[in-house]
Amino acid sequence: MSKLPADRTESAFEDYKAPYTTNQAMVEANRCLYCVDAPCIKACPTSINIPEFIRKIATHNVEGSAKTIFDSNILGMSCARVCPVEVLCVGDCVYNEMDVPPIQIGRLQRYSTDLAFEKGWRYYEAGESTGKSVGLVGGGPASLAAAHELRRLGHACTIYDKNDILGGLNTNGVAPYKMKADRSLEEVAWILEIGGIDVQSGVTVGKDISWEDIEAKHDAIFIGIGLGPDKFLKATGEDLNGVHGAVEWIDNMKLGPVNLSHVKHALVIGGGNTAMDCVRELCGLGIENVHMVYRGDESRMSGYAHEWSAAKQLGAKAIWSALPLAYEGGGAVKTAKLQLLDGERKPIPGDVIEVQADLVLLAVGQSKLGDSLHHLDGIKTDWGRLVVDENQALGRKGWFAGGDASNGAKEVVNAAAEGKVAANSIDRYLKGGH
Amino acid sequence: MPDLKTNCAGIKSPNPFWLASAPPANSGAQIQRAFDHGWGGAVWKTLGTPIQNVSSRFGGVNYGGKKNIGFNNIELITDRPLDVNFREIYETKQKYPDHAIIASLMVDSKAEWKDFIKRAIDSGADGLELNFGCPHGMCERGMGSAVGQEPKVNEEITSWAVEYSTVPVLAKLTPNVGDIVKHGLASQRGGAHGVSLINTIKSIIGVDIDTFVAKPVVGNRSSNGGYCGAAVRPIALHMVAALSRDEEFNLPISGIGGITDWRDAVEFLLLGASSVQVCTEVMLRGYRIVEDMIEGLENYMREHQFETLDQMIGKAVPSYSAWGELDMNFETVAKIDAKSCIGCQLCVTACHDGAHQCIDPNEDPMIRVPVVDESECVGCNLCQIVCPVDGCISMVEVLNGFAPASWNEHVTAGATLRPKKGAH
Repeated sequence: MSKLPADRTESAFEDYKAPYTTNQAMVEANRCLYCVDAPCIKACPTSINIPEFIRKIATHNVEGSAKTIFDSNILGMSCARVCPVEVLCVGDCVYNEMDVPPIQIGRLQRYSTDLAFEKGWRYYEAGESTGKSVGLVGGGPASLAAAHELRRLGHACTIYDKNDILGGLNTNGVAPYKMKADRSLEEVAWILEIGGIDVQSGVTVGKDISWEDIEAKHDAIFIGIGLGPDKFLKATGEDLNGVHGAVEWIDNMKLGPVNLSHVKHALVIGGGNTAMDCVRELCGLGIENVHMVYRGDESRMSGYAHEWSAAKQLGAKAIWSALPLAYEGGGAVKTAKLQLLDGERKPIPGDVIEVQADLVLLAVGQSKLGDSLHHLDGIKTDWGRLVVDENQALGRKGWFAGGDASNGAKEVVNAAAEGKVAANSIDRYLKGGH
Repeated sequence: MPDLKTNCAGIKSPNPFWLASAPPANSGAQIQRAFDHGWGGAVWKTLGTPIQNVSSRFGGVNYGGKKNIGFNNIELITDRPLDVNFREIYETKQKYPDHAIIASLMVDSKAEWKDFIKRAIDSGADGLELNFGCPHGMCERGMGSAVGQEPKVNEEITSWAVEYSTVPVLAKLTPNVGDIVKHGLASQRGGAHGVSLINTIKSIIGVDIDTFVAKPVVGNRSSNGGYCGAAVRPIALHMVAALSRDEEFNLPISGIGGITDWRDAVEFLLLGASSVQVCTEVMLRGYRIVEDMIEGLENYMREHQFETLDQMIGKAVPSYSAWGELDMNFETVAKIDAKSCIGCQLCVTACHDGAHQCIDPNEDPMIRVPVVDESECVGCNLCQIVCPVDGCISMVEVLNGFAPASWNEHVTAGATLRPKKGAH
């Protein structure tokens, strides 16, 4: 696995939520009510037994606490940092009903799982070999969760990833104030320690090796290829220097240096969580004027309210109900023309404003990759998204999928949950059922 | 992997965690559910002539925002028909042959003891526990703690039970006595195979200060109950240890009293208990707490390289001695770690008002870290106890050059003691 360069721009960031000290963790853990049939568990896509892992912190059984987490979610370390807990477990803590601050479940989960990594606690072994082999395409959270579970069940695994490092968006997409790339690679290594997972890096399935060849080599296939390149809006001047797809720019910023010395005015186009990340990242990197440009108003944006609130605290501003028409400048972008929209998102004739912009990031979604498999009998797609059943099975015998490629674009924790469900479905399939 | 297999007075279970005779062990369905969660054994809710209970029955003590650090009850023994209880013991034992089921018994006459013991054993009970402890209700009828407080009665009834029983007999002792050792020895003379302790402590849990009725309230009256929960653990630990270190007493002990998690259980094991019984924490949190208890105990044993429980049982008993045997020349002083001090100065007021006036605020009002006058510090560690930050205040040994000397050695052999500190 190649090493990350030291001069990554993401290194400038500190943790937005600092790790707990033991004192902090004990105070918080002892506040937990240890609810039964707890709402926090139900809010977690991987159904971690949250009250139990918190009680184990309180009783000084942190080794057991981390095991309770990993038993449900092998990516519990990264999820502790990147999960939008405000709208998941923490948001459903019963203390909210009492108007008492909810338990900081993410930070407690980080406390236990960080300690597990630090102390080198090992919990899982590969199962007895079944002689079966599973090919996993894509090396992100869904495939990693699936591969770990498949190894526990005794199936050999090969992960094919087009990049030369694994972890998917956990490595090259997560906002660095939540988790940096090196920590994601530590988790990848920790998961691979179970053994028996062959990693084929730098291999693009469908180009370097055909889907049919992969199918012939393995007894079952798991697709966790995530999403494709950033979408653009067909405004004029999108080819100017300084106009980038958001995901591509984040990847560059996390895995290497990006030059921002000339940037005083940045625009982020979009209102989803990738746009939120870009806005917070640009503010954090010291850009003076960061504007989010969104076609609707605040009530309609899909980004989380807590993310936008954090962005505003950093000084970000928004231009609501606007759509870029054109980017202008001599070679590099200098200004953007924005068409203002009415309440129904229709252009208001003649209402065009010009704003300064020496960096534009387009966070208006990513293309879906499902259509690259469309030629295979049985594979169904819905607007490019792979269609799976409740067992994460595709319509083709022995083929399964999970993560963004099939859910459209959700959280890391959803990918982890789907990967594990898929692994157990694959196990049943390989043992003759389905 | 450490082995948690337990043998307490010949009663065997997969682990040392037993439900105490109490509401969580009231029925077969409950106990079977507990076994599924991982409990190793259960002492059935005391069987006797079925009684009738009152409403309400329980009370809790809250302190500093923490609910139920202490707990009491005025509930009596089983109120369910005996044939149902015995049938459920039989069914549970059939389903869980490796788990320990102990029948707790409380009756009056010798004939009744004989009858109940036979029925319990016929049902498949692995052991008997004689309830000599209940300090409310039943003692008014001449049973429970009324027996446990009279060594002669304790010995006599124990001897009946041992005579009639073909399974191990544990006498459950009441803490409502002056010296527990006398009562443990009475059970030993009676032939008991082991003792379990402590039962609950006679208590009034509180008073409703507006209606002038003590708690728990039954209409417009109340009655004393049995105190239990985390707050009673120190009393229980002492009584277990007092028996463990007594030279004459040599029976196995099942430890009870305020056990909430694996660390509490370890404390009882280290002071000589070979199984532990839990009630209050299960009443408050459910059977599910046992997962952490088992896991925590296993991790602890691995860390300390204990392969079996026998290797740890009683490990702390030798360090428990009479006050007169303590080394008077061992000296410590408090040190405050300025880096972790948060400036609450609780240690200052504790030392000023509750100890020896040797911790003062810093002379510089801008610095909140207090200063210890080590020449006056008696090493009482009150400051460390009140400090909210773990590890901030440490008690550091002072090498004063005096050879170890106990008070007893001083009195009997004139051993030299270091000069007193803070006595002026």
